[in-house]
Amino acid sequence: MIAEALAGKRLFITGSTGFLGTALVERLLRAVPDTELTLLVRPGRRVSAAQRARRELFRNDAFDRLRAVHGSGAAANTAFEAEIDRRVRVVSGDVSVDGLGLDEEGRAALAAADIVIHSAAVVSFDSPLDSAVEINLLGPSRIAETLNALGVAPHYIAVSTCYVAGSRRGRALEEPVNASPFYVEVNWRAEVAGARRARADADAESRQPEQLNTYRKQARGELGAAGGPLLAAKTEQLRQRWVDDRMVTAGRARAAAVGYPDAYAFTKALAEVALAETHGAVPTTIVRPSIIESALAQPNPGWIRGFRMAEPVIISYARGLLRDFPGVPEGVVDVIPVDLVVGAIIAVAAAEAADPRPDPTVAPPVFQVASGSANPLRYRRLVDLVSGWFSEHPLYDSLGQPIKVPQWSFPGRGRVEGQLRRNLNLVTKVERGLNSLPLRGRQAELAANLEEKREMAERALGYVELYGKYAECEAIYGIERLLGLKDLLEDHDHEQFGFDPRVIAWDDYVRNIHLPSVVRSARVRTTPGGRSGENRTERLRRQVLAPERHFAAFDLENTLISSNVVASYAWLGSRHLEGRDRLRFIAKTLAEGPALLRLDRADRSDFLRHFYRRYDGAPVDVIRADSAEMLSELILSRSFPAALRRVRDHRALGHRTVLITGALDFVIEPLRPLFDDVIAAEMTIRNGTYTGELTAAPPTGESRAQALFDYAAAHGFDPAEGVAYADSTSDLPMLEAVGFPVAVNPETRLAALARKRGWLVEHFEKAPGFRHPALPLSTAEYLAK
Amino acid sequence: MAPRPGFVLEVDGSTPPILFHHGEGFRLEKLPVGRSRVIYPAEPLPGLKDPDSAIRHALEHPYDSEPLSALLFPGMKLTIAFDDISLPLPPMRRPDIRQRVIEAVLDAAAAAGVDDVEIIAALALHRRMTEAELRHAVGDRVYDAFAPAAKLYNHDAEDPEGMVILGTTPQGEDVQMNRRAAESDLLVYVNINLVSMDGGWKSTATGLSGYTGLRHHHNVKTMQASRSFMDQHRSELHSSNWRMGKVIQQSGPKIFQIETTVNNNSFGTSGQLSMLQKREWEWSGKDRATFVGMQAGLKHMPASARRKIFSSWQAPYEMTSIQAGDVESVHKVTTEHVYRQHLVPVQGQTDILTMGLPYICPYNVNSIMNPILVMCLGLGYFFNLYRGRPLVREGGVLIMSHPTPWEFHPVHHPSYIDFFEQVLPDTTDPLVIEQRYEKSFAEDEWYRHLYRTSYAYHGVHPFYMWYWASHAMAHLGRVIIVGGDQRAVRRMGFMPASTFADALEMASDVVGRHPSITHYHNPPVLMADVT
Repeated sequence: MIAEALAGKRLFITGSTGFLGTALVERLLRAVPDTELTLLVRPGRRVSAAQRARRELFRNDAFDRLRAVHGSGAAANTAFEAEIDRRVRVVSGDVSVDGLGLDEEGRAALAAADIVIHSAAVVSFDSPLDSAVEINLLGPSRIAETLNALGVAPHYIAVSTCYVAGSRRGRALEEPVNASPFYVEVNWRAEVAGARRARADADAESRQPEQLNTYRKQARGELGAAGGPLLAAKTEQLRQRWVDDRMVTAGRARAAAVGYPDAYAFTKALAEVALAETHGAVPTTIVRPSIIESALAQPNPGWIRGFRMAEPVIISYARGLLRDFPGVPEGVVDVIPVDLVVGAIIAVAAAEAADPRPDPTVAPPVFQVASGSANPLRYRRLVDLVSGWFSEHPLYDSLGQPIKVPQWSFPGRGRVEGQLRRNLNLVTKVERGLNSLPLRGRQAELAANLEEKREMAERALGYVELYGKYAECEAIYGIERLLGLKDLLEDHDHEQFGFDPRVIAWDDYVRNIHLPSVVRSARVRTTPGGRSGENRTERLRRQVLAPERHFAAFDLENTLISSNVVASYAWLGSRHLEGRDRLRFIAKTLAEGPALLRLDRADRSDFLRHFYRRYDGAPVDVIRADSAEMLSELILSRSFPAALRRVRDHRALGHRTVLITGALDFVIEPLRPLFDDVIAAEMTIRNGTYTGELTAAPPTGESRAQALFDYAAAHGFDPAEGVAYADSTSDLPMLEAVGFPVAVNPETRLAALARKRGWLVEHFEKAPGFRHPALPLSTAEYLAK
Repeated sequence: MAPRPGFVLEVDGSTPPILFHHGEGFRLEKLPVGRSRVIYPAEPLPGLKDPDSAIRHALEHPYDSEPLSALLFPGMKLTIAFDDISLPLPPMRRPDIRQRVIEAVLDAAAAAGVDDVEIIAALALHRRMTEAELRHAVGDRVYDAFAPAAKLYNHDAEDPEGMVILGTTPQGEDVQMNRRAAESDLLVYVNINLVSMDGGWKSTATGLSGYTGLRHHHNVKTMQASRSFMDQHRSELHSSNWRMGKVIQQSGPKIFQIETTVNNNSFGTSGQLSMLQKREWEWSGKDRATFVGMQAGLKHMPASARRKIFSSWQAPYEMTSIQAGDVESVHKVTTEHVYRQHLVPVQGQTDILTMGLPYICPYNVNSIMNPILVMCLGLGYFFNLYRGRPLVREGGVLIMSHPTPWEFHPVHHPSYIDFFEQVLPDTTDPLVIEQRYEKSFAEDEWYRHLYRTSYAYHGVHPFYMWYWASHAMAHLGRVIIVGGDQRAVRRMGFMPASTFADALEMASDVVGRHPSITHYHNPPVLMADVT
């Protein structure tokens, strides 16, 4: 009956790349053959709407079943593509702008539609207030207004949410939001204006000098002496993030103030109020699902898209990260499988508008798709099912040991939050302490792990803050009108388009459908024992050492050798000193250490210029001869053999190797045979002595990245095929310039960045067993006698 | 009292625990009664009373040659080459024999009005000697007179201008030599002969050669055909060097070979280490107290401090003979002198051979004895110190004691590090290693650069260490290292044991529960004459 009712219809759908949208498009294509779909898709930054639909929608495994209808192999795929081409049309548009951003063709497609289904929304519960307002609140009305402007009146189905009923206990009926006795009167237009103003205010505030200084300081804290351009980019990023965070806070506060759990429910509720005013002559229906979860049967049992609301909580729990979670044990968790929601929407569409010529002043009818009233799943039952299932099917930690799931005691949200916050504070403090220490290599990685711990703690707290309210929500959503639709269904429709939540056997659904699917899509370890096969580091190393790479660039200090410009200066400077002079030199150099270190941390380039002045007047021939000896005594004895081997490995693979360093050319001269090319700081020479002044800016920070780009260009290399090895955030521009960055013995900040960005981290060590003198002083010539 | 010769002790109930060298330390191990024996070296032979006049006498009364003074003439090109830091072991106290001999040669040259003299450390592919090491070997006077003018220097086998090919042997072996030495009117070679492999044509054919020449005998085939390489009559290594000697005789410079032998007074007859060359049951109360104190002190010391203490030890070696003249005639006499000190008659082979490896080998003077060198000292040098038959039967077990730390000298042994990290995880088979990896290490530009300008052993050197052991590897059924770093020992394909008793236990599945055991009590050096 449904297929017949919809036969020959043209459907216009928004939000098709989302969870619900994907399932909806799939079902229409598969189960309602004689329909044509127009999908409104927002183009990406670099991809067109059509490309996005292809990549994000039709490649989804939801369509596997439809593909299988055409058989298997390339021919089936061609047939599938042909069907898509025939029945689906993608138009570019954006529901967050007035007129939906449609071009002429798009408008014509919208005007030609018989049914419009709007399911695009910002589903994140903590999105910034203004973006929730633009998309969630204004989106539905924009569509209605566009339809009215086009003078067409297709059946318009807007997808909302049961949670528009707000934070309250008891029955919530299929009635307009403002029909509820608990509705707090809010002017939606004023809310829109308020949200936009709040964004402008926050933006203005973020540009205050004091604020900007804070971001700069923070950027430096995160990146260290990474050079001007990178720090500027980071500062601006932090500013924008600050404004967004302010808008998130504003959204939460405003929602809470008028009785909603979060900005999502709040803007969705106001959207319904607004739509009641703006639908005009368009026959409109509102469908409100509760919490949509994985499919009961269609397209496949357990099918889910994205890592959504319950999933992260479930996985965090299974990993033992959420020691406890708030919730009312006897309360109802209103979960509804996605295929039931799709069935309901299609049934609503097939049933046609209740009133094809609606009264513009009357609010549209509402259908709720929820399980709580007809087939309730109690919170305690859900927790028991989940914990029982994970006891039988535990996740495994990195050592291959099963993780024991915690027992939840259902405390109040305040208590859980308090606990998590204390935990988070502690971790944050320890992390800050560690970050202020000059750590490197493995210790630095420990600090970076702590950062991971902090992020996990933050996430756990975030889940509790965001979702705890839903576990505590005690509203029961009525579905009388929805069940009334059932009469429309003929026998075969029940199977294809069923939406009755009473068919769900919760134990079976949770244990055999939902949890296996969640675990699968979370890509967590579900088998015991040590890891077999290639791990991440090995995979990254293989990529770095693939023959296709073009070149490998190396930093010197702490990447190839454990030494620095001060050490080489001290060595060269002490070589010809004896007795008292030698002691004086040592004392002086030691005393200057801390000040030099500070300068180095602030700006590498300034430091080098300042420091190299000391070479003023040094005789060129003596320094050059001494440097050759320094190779053995200082540089090689402090080298990392594995790092030198890596340089040679790259050469053996046919990669061109280049040393890019702020060290002076005569210092690295003996290392020249190791590399194909060397880019180093050079000092001007006058009358056979060094002047202490550099011939050009030393290759540090962004000028090192520039040197690398120039180098690549000169050799016709693609930086994306380059490898770069460096140890500190001051080398960040160089690391970011290539396709394959490698952090070597990274200091804390770089260790954290490398982990976040999935860069290869190598720990190169000095030759074991060799004792290194505490001070980098040469065995003065007279001592050798 | 005349020095007592070496002898074989049958272990009985009254035998005290036996000393095992163990790197920079020692172990005392009780050997199973009734089936164990210990081979002790001879006591040090007396040194020449007046070494300087003995030197002068040898130079003027050479074997099958005119006296040195008759070979010198004004305007000639004279080159003096001398053995490098690898001899003797441990380094000897000043004045070094090389200093005495070189000074005498220089006196003769001065008297003859020779002024084109260059002095070369004949180190083949070993690391360059440092200034301090050169000063120790040749003395400050010679160093200060020659080094500043670049007339005293290290041989550079990778100097493309500095090497010549003198010809090839009938077997097709290239004979390569340092150009200065090859183009001299007279090449005087100053040798210190510690073991019977040293000296003869090996001094010049190997010491002044390079990779092109050495690859003909420093390879697995030669080493497996040398049984042992310490026995001239059964050493293919020796034969190859002698073949090359013939080519040098025909096309090379005139050579005046000066060979010296030292006694085996490695640790002194008195002083704090003297108990190391005494027989355990003859240790005095003072020896015991010193030993216990030393062990306790070493135990709490960091490895680097232990290493420093041991490498500061200089042996009170004395010269037992000096002979000069024609290479082959001289070497015959030298070998007799070496055998006089070292040979110990032993009857019959053993199931298990045990040895304690000391802190030093030819390639870690003032350096670190890395695992490859540990292996080479045991399976290369000590195993081959036999004449007749190996001490241990074919398929028998070798138990060595050494901590075998996973430690390397970054300046001296860079190619060893890479050999250990790259080659050994792939294979430990000498033939496969030779085939698959030798060329790339030997011709590596970076190693070449380090060998020439820094103080690194040549890139190919770790391979030679591995080849040195190929006879032992093919001969033995199992190799166990007591007290060795487990990872390092396994990497080399051997078995680590934490105690000597465990090692014997591990040996039992190769040689049964009642094997015969022979302990090779070295150093001081001895050579087993096995019948």
